[in-house]
Amino acid sequence: MGNIDYNETVLDHFSNPRNMGEMKDATVESIVGNPRCGDVMKIYLKIKDDIIEDIKFQTMGCAAAIATSSMATVLAKGKTVDEVRNLTNEDVAKALGELPPIKMHCSNLAADALKKAIKNWEKKN
Amino acid sequence: MEIYLDNAATTKVYDSVAKEVKEFFLVEYGNASSQHPIGINARNKLEEARKKIADYVGAEPSEIIFTSGGTESDNLALRGLAKANPEKKHIITSVIEHPAIIETCKDLEKQGYKVDYVNASKDGIVSVEDVINKTSEDTLVVSIMHVNNEIGTIQPIEEIAKSCKEKNIYFHTDAVQGFTKVDLDLTDVDLMSVSGHKVHAPKGIGFLYIKKGTKIAAIMTGGGQECNLRSGTENVPGIIGLAAALEEKENVEGIRESRDKIIVMLKEIPGTRFNGSLESRVYNNINVSFYGIEGESLMLMLNGEGIFVSTGSACASTKLSESHVLNALGIDVLYVHGSLRLTLGSDAIGNEDYIAQKIKKKVERLREISPFKLNLKEVKDE
Repeated sequence: MGNIDYNETVLDHFSNPRNMGEMKDATVESIVGNPRCGDVMKIYLKIKDDIIEDIKFQTMGCAAAIATSSMATVLAKGKTVDEVRNLTNEDVAKALGELPPIKMHCSNLAADALKKAIKNWEKKN
Repeated sequence: MEIYLDNAATTKVYDSVAKEVKEFFLVEYGNASSQHPIGINARNKLEEARKKIADYVGAEPSEIIFTSGGTESDNLALRGLAKANPEKKHIITSVIEHPAIIETCKDLEKQGYKVDYVNASKDGIVSVEDVINKTSEDTLVVSIMHVNNEIGTIQPIEEIAKSCKEKNIYFHTDAVQGFTKVDLDLTDVDLMSVSGHKVHAPKGIGFLYIKKGTKIAAIMTGGGQECNLRSGTENVPGIIGLAAALEEKENVEGIRESRDKIIVMLKEIPGTRFNGSLESRVYNNINVSFYGIEGESLMLMLNGEGIFVSTGSACASTKLSESHVLNALGIDVLYVHGSLRLTLGSDAIGNEDYIAQKIKKKVERLREISPFKLNLKEVKDE
């Protein structure tokens, strides 16, 4: 037992999430998570010449889920598909400084969403 | 601004209580078992406090056994009865009990006890019939809480207790959340757990009411204090503090009005449901769910506005499990995760608009972020 203590970077991405919202003209999108667990993330990618030109997300979840969603989109934007494919949840957590240990599993959500979106994109092409 | 709306978690100690307790740390610090004037004085003051508390609940002083709080009282009640009455091996409780009861029952199951966990209605009320239908010759005790700690619903304790008495079964109630807030007639109640820190007394003090004639054994060994039922040096400052807290009067009507005003304003938010009966309910509890958002996020945003509440969401729990009470009520999981518990005290009075408007704003913000906002039109307002 104990309190769940977030660092300032996490709180910043939670309070001011980057790249948040819907994208009407996305090249591809994906949805991951499970409402039963309390977190669901939807991600939209606009891909041109194998580069993630634009990215948006919508997340229902705790502060850690929203902050990792936001950070994952920051890390992915402007990168190539291959670079993003290799992005791990540890990369996202590291970019946020650190997550409370009990919240580490939340960082899977964003990395999984990106992977799934890229898979969907490959299927389309 | 700091608006504390988490009085079911704990309460601020009354000034008068703090002042009185301080005296017993610094001046009247004796051990109530010592045979010198400082000790004898502590004993006398302790017994005066016991008498005041007994009078308050309508009991004999000898029926009040001081403990460290609700959890210990619950443990002493169930384990103490089990130890003293080993011939009976069946316990009845409910699915909405506090972990102090549920985990104790689970532990007793490992020791060979059969435990029935009776369901609650979707309004969060345990039915007398459901409980009584489970009783048998082998039933040792029925334990049903007085007021639920999450959804604030008041259980039909007096009726269940009466039926138990007719069947010669012990009846225990965890009255931690109801004590001082909802009247309870102890005529047919054999045991009742109470905690001090929920009623503006210090943490670490509580008592178990044990009706005269109840066959119960101690679960801790030691110096034999509290009629041999609870060894350990008496927490004199805590006991004094608890008695002093009972002399104060909470602004019940003010808090109730404040609660009702906030409910009316929150109802305007679409995709909102109130958990637990709004009729059979303690005057200071609101348990509300907002569809498609997550409670920890909402709680955290409200922290930023100086509004302190709690949530039934798994994400806010250090065990990562959502509220067993809301689950037991059969509430849609998207509502369970978006639940907020407001347990009001005097801080709420006069701040109703601020509280409701901030909640509304934060819910809207989280729905902007959530992918589920799109489904909102399909959601039936409950």
